Amino acid sequence: MAMMNQDYLKDMPNWVKNGGDSDDVVISSRIRLARNLKGIPFPNYAHEQQLETVTQQVLQAARERSALGEFIPLKVEELTPNERMVLVEKHLCSPQFVENPHLRTLIVDQEQTVSIMVNEEDHLRVQTLLPAFSLDSALELSNQVDDFLEENLEFCFDEFRGYLTACPTNVGTGLRASVMLHLPGLTLVDQVKRVLSALAHIGINVRGFYGEGTEAYGDIYQISNQVTLGQSEEELTKNLQSICRQVIEQERNIREALLKESRTQLEDRVCRSFGILSQARLISSEETLKLLSDVKLGAELGIITQVDKNRVKELMFITRSSILQTIIGKELVPVERDYYRAMVIRQRLGAHGASGV
Amino acid sequence: MHLTKVINHQKTELHLCEICAKEAGSELGLIFESSFSFQNLIAGLLEGDTGHSQQPSIAGHEIQCQNCGLTFTDFRRGGLLGCGECYRYFQQGLEPLLKKVHGSIRHTGKVPRRNGGKIRIRKEIDDLRNRLQESIRREDYEKAAYFRDEIKRRENELAGG
Ligand SMILES: [Zn+2]
Ligand SMILES: [Zn+2]
Repeated sequence: MAMMNQDYLKDMPNWVKNGGDSDDVVISSRIRLARNLKGIPFPNYAHEQQLETVTQQVLQAARERSALGEFIPLKVEELTPNERMVLVEKHLCSPQFVENPHLRTLIVDQEQTVSIMVNEEDHLRVQTLLPAFSLDSALELSNQVDDFLEENLEFCFDEFRGYLTACPTNVGTGLRASVMLHLPGLTLVDQVKRVLSALAHIGINVRGFYGEGTEAYGDIYQISNQVTLGQSEEELTKNLQSICRQVIEQERNIREALLKESRTQLEDRVCRSFGILSQARLISSEETLKLLSDVKLGAELGIITQVDKNRVKELMFITRSSILQTIIGKELVPVERDYYRAMVIRQRLGAHGASGV
Repeated sequence: MHLTKVINHQKTELHLCEICAKEAGSELGLIFESSFSFQNLIAGLLEGDTGHSQQPSIAGHEIQCQNCGLTFTDFRRGGLLGCGECYRYFQQGLEPLLKKVHGSIRHTGKVPRRNGGKIRIRKEIDDLRNRLQESIRREDYEKAAYFRDEIKRRENELAGG
């Protein structure tokens, strides 16, 4: 297990490759369940031996599973820094998980849909990540994995408090449902802050593309439930779903209004961004996301027809530094990254005129 | 804000909980500044309307989890509980926090399939009792009889093991 299989690294997860319901606005849907094993202190207070026991028990339980296909266990300590970043940038684990890799194992399925973080803040964080707007299926799949694991593991559960977690903000269902939304329209008309702060007041958490504190690069926002106790898993998920639907509707209305009222300006913006992306020789990851956001919007609205919509979404991830290095097959210094990034973008956008170099 | 804790000679970054704190905080409409810390939030949440923090203690001795050894002060400092038993030992101190974060202190969601057997049956009985009341209210006595029998069946199941 010293090195990750390179094909596996290069393969894009299910949620990046595929589209689905409302994929003009929604990028992915995720359900995460926090679970702990009975009788063992939570990871931050457990001895090394106990953490090792947790790992062995979870691995054993995951091995028993056949219905969901094969799981790949990855010992974080044995991965290179770039391999760790790939896992984070594919959203298969949290940035915190790889920052402190000791005795932490990530278990991932072949499709890269289900992943289990072992010994993060809780013993298990079971995550299901699906493309587009699919919280229902994500919840169903999470429940299947949870039930399956529970056949072989005894979870720390209390009749009154539900699933017990290290942090009291996760207790009860241990469920965090989140949806990643691409909101260029709301951002363009300067409404996104207003909408998102309104959500914060009704118990919805909003974050940028790469977690808390990060900017919403590429106009991508992640929204999730705050409350985990006192409502059922279905209620929590339904609630988030209906809020998402409203945000999706607002985003669509604004896109339509923009198209109607300032078509030329919008076309100009989209086409300029496409122009830079298809001609640039050096480009940073930040500028890439910014421009790709315009191009994705243009593709959704039919302003740009020469590129496939899913291909634009894929580019948002392929151009992340860690994934880029995996595709190129070597570690790159920053200026090389900008060079190869520009090259990969030109190739994938099919800008044939730009040969040479 | 990064909290660093040394456990078993292993440096552990506890900034994870700042995330949870932020999640909890944004629900409460708090504004986050760079000086924000998780302890402030926990401490703030634990302060009642009187402004005095409720530190549960018995006869002057601070409450400690008898299973993992964590004290309530430890919890306030780090923001993380040590084990499942902490929920029992710190019940009094945790309840106001749970209420503020979740608006509820009672789990009504999923029950583990295999190990939650009795709990699940009790939950089903609760649910059936509500439906029984509802059908009596609607004067649907046929349904009421059905629910009554179902409750009996489950009560037997509980008693039988
Ligand atoms: Zn936490
Ligand atoms: Zn404890």
